Amino acid sequence: MDPVRKRGKNLSKSLDSTQPASFPDEVLEQVFSVLKSRKDRSSVSLVCKVWYNAERWSRRKVFIGNCYSVSPEILVRRFPNIRSVTLKGKPRFSDFSLVPHDWGADIHSWLDVFAEFYPFLEELRLKRMVVTDRSLEFLAKSFSGFKALSLLSCDGFSTDGLKAIATHCKNLTELDIQENDIDDLGGEWLSCFPETFVSLEVLNFASLHSDVTFDALERLVDRCKALRVLKVNMHIYLEQIKKLLLKAPGLTELGTGSFLQLLPRQSAELETAFSRCKNLHTISGLWELSSFYLPVLYPACANLTYLNLSYATLQSDELAKLLSNCSNLRRLWVLDTVKDEGLEAVGSSCPLLEELRVFPADPFDHIMVQGVTESGFVAVSNGCRKLHYVLYFCRQMSNVAVATVVKNCPDFTHFRLCIMNPGQPDYMTNEPLDEAFGAVVKTCNKLQRLAISGLLTDRAFEYIGKYAKNLEILSVAFAGSSDLGMEAVIEGCPKLRKLEIRDSPFGNAALLYNLNKYESMRSLWMSACNVTMNGCRVLAKLMPRLNVEVMKDEGSGNGADKLYVYRSVAGPRRDAPPFVLTL
Amino acid sequence: MESIRIEETGLNLEATELRLGLPGRDKIEKETISSFNKNKRAAPKSAEDDESKANDDIKHHHHEAAPAAKAQVIGWPPIRSYRKNNFAPKKAEAEYGNYVKVSMDGAPYLRKIDLKVYNGYTDLLKALENMFKLSIGEYSEREGYKGSEHAPTYEDKDGDLMLVGDVPWDMFMSTCKRLRIMKGSEARGLGCAV
Repeated sequence: MDPVRKRGKNLSKSLDSTQPASFPDEVLEQVFSVLKSRKDRSSVSLVCKVWYNAERWSRRKVFIGNCYSVSPEILVRRFPNIRSVTLKGKPRFSDFSLVPHDWGADIHSWLDVFAEFYPFLEELRLKRMVVTDRSLEFLAKSFSGFKALSLLSCDGFSTDGLKAIATHCKNLTELDIQENDIDDLGGEWLSCFPETFVSLEVLNFASLHSDVTFDALERLVDRCKALRVLKVNMHIYLEQIKKLLLKAPGLTELGTGSFLQLLPRQSAELETAFSRCKNLHTISGLWELSSFYLPVLYPACANLTYLNLSYATLQSDELAKLLSNCSNLRRLWVLDTVKDEGLEAVGSSCPLLEELRVFPADPFDHIMVQGVTESGFVAVSNGCRKLHYVLYFCRQMSNVAVATVVKNCPDFTHFRLCIMNPGQPDYMTNEPLDEAFGAVVKTCNKLQRLAISGLLTDRAFEYIGKYAKNLEILSVAFAGSSDLGMEAVIEGCPKLRKLEIRDSPFGNAALLYNLNKYESMRSLWMSACNVTMNGCRVLAKLMPRLNVEVMKDEGSGNGADKLYVYRSVAGPRRDAPPFVLTL
Repeated sequence: MESIRIEETGLNLEATELRLGLPGRDKIEKETISSFNKNKRAAPKSAEDDESKANDDIKHHHHEAAPAAKAQVIGWPPIRSYRKNNFAPKKAEAEYGNYVKVSMDGAPYLRKIDLKVYNGYTDLLKALENMFKLSIGEYSEREGYKGSEHAPTYEDKDGDLMLVGDVPWDMFMSTCKRLRIMKGSEARGLGCAV
């Protein structure tokens, strides 16, 4: 049994003659230990004090969606037995260079507290946080049972930090390094796993740039018999993938390296290796693709449920050929090089598809307009009626097309449409795209996340406020005509948690329309809108439990150029840099 | 956006002002690019046919009004910096063929072929055999193309004369500058182990 902290006797409430018979706390804790869902745990903790205590002692995993909403001290005080922490730091628009580099969200202060109070910490999953090499080394040395590290969209560390992890974490099962802004000083870190180290189950270094010693990788894969996820970087070629697959035929997820350079006889061997991978359900990578070699994948295609081709420049016919083998696909990520014809193939080959993401191969190209259009979108919706998650980057759209898409696929939970020219109208009628998003919110009752784009007036927002009753996350850019737009959403969407707005004409009236709303939300972001410093000060004054932070551009006078508002039980930030004004 | 900036204590009349023209129009004319004129479609799709012809006039009018180019907006389109910085797709290659000259010793003129249409070495060699009415035979690592009067060679990026078939197909496709079919004693010299 895990060594867990035991409560003091004075907190125990055993049978008491004045109380109705109740379970001893240890039994309650055992019962609660099967509760995995955060919402369930939250509900349970509100029933009564006894249950609150039982829940907090039995909780092993905690998720913190905004690292500044709570402090590490408060966290450890409430939950003494945590094994797994998930933390998200910077506002999402920091992914798009809208947040200055030294904004904050440094993990170190958390690690200091964890080292003292959670010595048995096993998992740390971070998104948009600053992580330094020093922190990684501290982590590696402070938690002897540490098992899983996942870093997504983080920055501040280098491969030296990974060396520390590989060297000191004897029980590591997961090392997942995804799309971070890091200093890649070389691939030696991989060779730092000792020869006695055998516990790895997940290894993802796909986004690192430098070469690892293939020999060390091969031996690592060979001795880690439980390895199920392996995603290598672009320095690994197909011939090497073949060797790795032969050592690990039980892989469930594979990220290939560069899809290049195979001699004819090696092709056949690789195809055989793929056919032996009966559990393989996810393939990604395919950097620097030579589509000539795609047929080696065919034996594995029938079992694939997730195919990430978002770094592979595939043409329509190449995709069509590949997908004709992938009838079981549930999730597909592609580049818009596949064009509408490629998406037609998606519609006809993958009837079980639930998620589609189409990324732009050349987002800043104004001259040669390529990519996908509304017709590809409609084609997919015709063939894939179970589609519920879409992220679609395109250069033209129409109201009619979107209405058709949601008519075909009414179960959307996530609808993220990015028309890449800001404020672009319906290309056929030249009208705003209000009706498009109107159709989305009217038809898709389960909609949780919506990202809107194109030419939009307040009407679009009225629709959202009126119909999107399950909406939790809304992203707005270059849209709306007046405060009424934002007000409609604030008023009408009861489940709204995150609202992020840029370059839209919403000002103080909208900001101050319903102050209490922000306490039921995780956060509000408004940049390049019309709010002023005074409006923000009013908000800060009237709502002391919110953190109201502003970053101003040079010479912008009274404008509050970047506003970030969030609820917090930890009070104002103590680590805010000078350019973040806490009001 | 200046025209609808809100006064700090004012009534914000401009937001409710009745105006002609599409809402947000001012903002659009300052900031957006019109890419309609580059989006000409050869065959407008089905039901929208009639409408699109009628709208062509409107579209055209709007082109004139919009600026020709726009400054790049920070953080737009919303693509993670990792994807932006680490990915440069090869565009041109995808569109055009990979044509190389083919010469045969003794032939009066050269030919040109598109390497992209072939499925690999076997395919390519068969095509060359057909084109020049000769037989090249099978490739072996040790002996080249033995049993044949001819040997397929190519000039690579460095200007060296190489035997076709030694390197992976995709590497060959990207390094091959021109093909040359050698014949007679010269060919035998290339194919034989020294």
